[in-house]
Amino acid sequence: MQLPIMNTDSQNSSDGECGCGTCQYTSRPGMTRRSFLRRGTAATGAVAAIAASLNPLRELTDTDDFTVAKFIQKHYKEMDGQDMAKALAGISAQVEKRYDVRPNIRDIKPMDGVEFVYALNLTRCIGCRKCVHACVQENNQSRSPEIQYIRVLEMPRGTNDIEQGNHHYERATVPSEDHYYMPIQCHQCANPPCVKVCPVEATWQEPDGITVIDYDWCIGCRYCEAACPYWARRFNFTKPSIPKDKINPDMSYLSNRPREKGVMEKCHFCLHRTREGKMPACLEVCPTGARKFGNVLDPNSDVRKILETKRVFVLKQEVGTLPRFFYYFDERDPINKKIPTGPTGGDT
Amino acid sequence: MKTITQEYTRFLWRCFRLSFVGNWKYYSWMFALSVIALFGLNAYAKQFVQGLGTTGLTDQVSWGLYIANFTYLVGVAAAAVMLVIPVYVYKNKDLHNLVIFGELLAVVAIIMCLLFITVDLGRPDRFYHMLLRFNFPISILTWDVIALNGYLLLNLHICGYLIWCAYNKRKPTRKFYIPFVFIAIAWAISIHTVTAFLYSGLGARPFWNSAVIAPRFLASAFAAGPALIILTLQVIRGVTGYPVSEKAISTLKGIVTVALGVNMFLLISEVFTEFYTGASHSVSAKYLFFGVHGNHALVPWIWTAIGLNSLALVALLTPMSKRRWVLNLACIAMIMGIWIEKGMGLIVPAFIPSPIGEIVEYVPTLNEVLVCTGIWAFGALIYTILIRITIPVLYGELTIDTVYHTDPALIEAKKQEMNDAASVSP
Repeated sequence: MQLPIMNTDSQNSSDGECGCGTCQYTSRPGMTRRSFLRRGTAATGAVAAIAASLNPLRELTDTDDFTVAKFIQKHYKEMDGQDMAKALAGISAQVEKRYDVRPNIRDIKPMDGVEFVYALNLTRCIGCRKCVHACVQENNQSRSPEIQYIRVLEMPRGTNDIEQGNHHYERATVPSEDHYYMPIQCHQCANPPCVKVCPVEATWQEPDGITVIDYDWCIGCRYCEAACPYWARRFNFTKPSIPKDKINPDMSYLSNRPREKGVMEKCHFCLHRTREGKMPACLEVCPTGARKFGNVLDPNSDVRKILETKRVFVLKQEVGTLPRFFYYFDERDPINKKIPTGPTGGDT
Repeated sequence: MKTITQEYTRFLWRCFRLSFVGNWKYYSWMFALSVIALFGLNAYAKQFVQGLGTTGLTDQVSWGLYIANFTYLVGVAAAAVMLVIPVYVYKNKDLHNLVIFGELLAVVAIIMCLLFITVDLGRPDRFYHMLLRFNFPISILTWDVIALNGYLLLNLHICGYLIWCAYNKRKPTRKFYIPFVFIAIAWAISIHTVTAFLYSGLGARPFWNSAVIAPRFLASAFAAGPALIILTLQVIRGVTGYPVSEKAISTLKGIVTVALGVNMFLLISEVFTEFYTGASHSVSAKYLFFGVHGNHALVPWIWTAIGLNSLALVALLTPMSKRRWVLNLACIAMIMGIWIEKGMGLIVPAFIPSPIGEIVEYVPTLNEVLVCTGIWAFGALIYTILIRITIPVLYGELTIDTVYHTDPALIEAKKQEMNDAASVSP
């Protein structure tokens, strides 16, 4: 079976129109009425079919995110004061329109001589998940589907293998006697793989150690999500939905302002609070004082003392990410307390 | 005297018109592909409005069918060099008149790759951010952007130049394309290597964090790609009568056999290292091959892939493969086997369990599948059009001054000449 290279017999060559479109030397200029009608019908059909396939686009509701202002908005690091003021005004108007509340939104810069560090006492954590929910509330995460930055693992005693942790434990009361609890959130690594892999520099590490995201720059490729060893990053698979009465109007550009669908987000150590001297929401709500946060460069800070005196560890040290999130257990006999000694009764 | 721009525009216009000409089989084929592609477009429009929530992807399994197809097609694109190397390095005569079909396949495969990446993006409307802040050379993804687009341009230039010369009845000037052919050979290796580095560079995913990923990608690509070319060439021969010599097919068969063998060997090396060590890092591999804690969605897939690839290898290594239908079945088996191996066998299991030990399985949604089939149909559509245009040009039927269908004698003579050339070569 051969397909005629230049198939003239299927065309209406009888009226002098070859139809191949290539033999302009023989074909008559202009079309016959029949071929015009046929081609017109085919072209109309094709256009109609394409239009019909694109029909769902009519339901696009978040058109206020596809504006010229957003299109020409610069990367965070390239904005001057005026650009930022414009961007903040835009966000403010959008929040007001969507949630009927005027936000206190600003761009808060890192403080000099500060490097934030988190320390979590696993002896004290009881797995109540209050931090999980306080975080959602503070940071304007989508409620449906709910996005959570903190995942608490219920760990069987006798292991620190996180693959044995239960992510979905449900108990009437916590803690369970046979378990301990390990909350995991962004570790704000000093060598963050998520920052390395981002193709458009939409995520970077700030001088105070917090890795942030420019939500207006992210293209949503999710490479950072694949690269994170702590499963700290979250993607907005659908348009985030937050009830109007749940919105937290205390916002900053790089932290908890509302996100759009199709972009990444994650824990940012509540930088709109911590850069103004407050504690993160997850720490404030913790009923047992298991969470400690502060400036590791300050020799009198809690975290500095913990790092100096406790046997702290980080998750997955072998992947070389140098986390700023440390875990430790309380010790009955701290190693630097003098332990009474006596004769060993050995060979000597 | 027309300017070259006018001449070129006229050439493009004639090609465009030509793509709408054919017999009823051609029309049915193109109509079917258009319908599937439009269904895909419709599904994508839904995804664009509602977000990637229309897919089966989750925060746990954040890459799926789109990235799997992308990876597979990078391999198909790279595999074009398996035609180019024999022709331009070893001066193989049998493949000489066929090499352009491989290069055109590479062009189409790269276009499909770019489409698969686009549909995977959460914010495709912001792709221009790449041009404004390009994280090169730190992000391997930026290397891939350069590799893929560069390869697309190289192949577009080579194919475009050769076709344009044939159209103008000119002998191609070697210096205008031979250097690019050799750059394209190295570039083809690089596109699949860089794509492998996307995965193997992530310490967070022990399943990918293996040095054998890049070699395995190349081996599987050099098996699946030429297998696809073997089938495509037979279809082209059957439909258009273009001369494809048996020698050419058997050269490709040899390449496919060796590559598939190497691929199986690398698979065994990987499986051995994962399982004999018994380290906790092999949970993903355990999940893939045997299932973990009652979750085993991928188990049937991977064993099907291994079965198909083993059958294909056995068939190719025995004299049975001299029969055409056996060879064709082996090609189909390995195309499918390697497709499963790339998707269900490589991309998805790396996400299960999640880096902090949670097991969430992944099942693509219908909408996601429709987008994928739409892109495949669109790819087949462009490839058909490219072949539709290229063959008359190579036959000397569509040239700058020919009105070819008016002189059937000339066409027959040219065809005879090409057929003779294909059959006499040693």
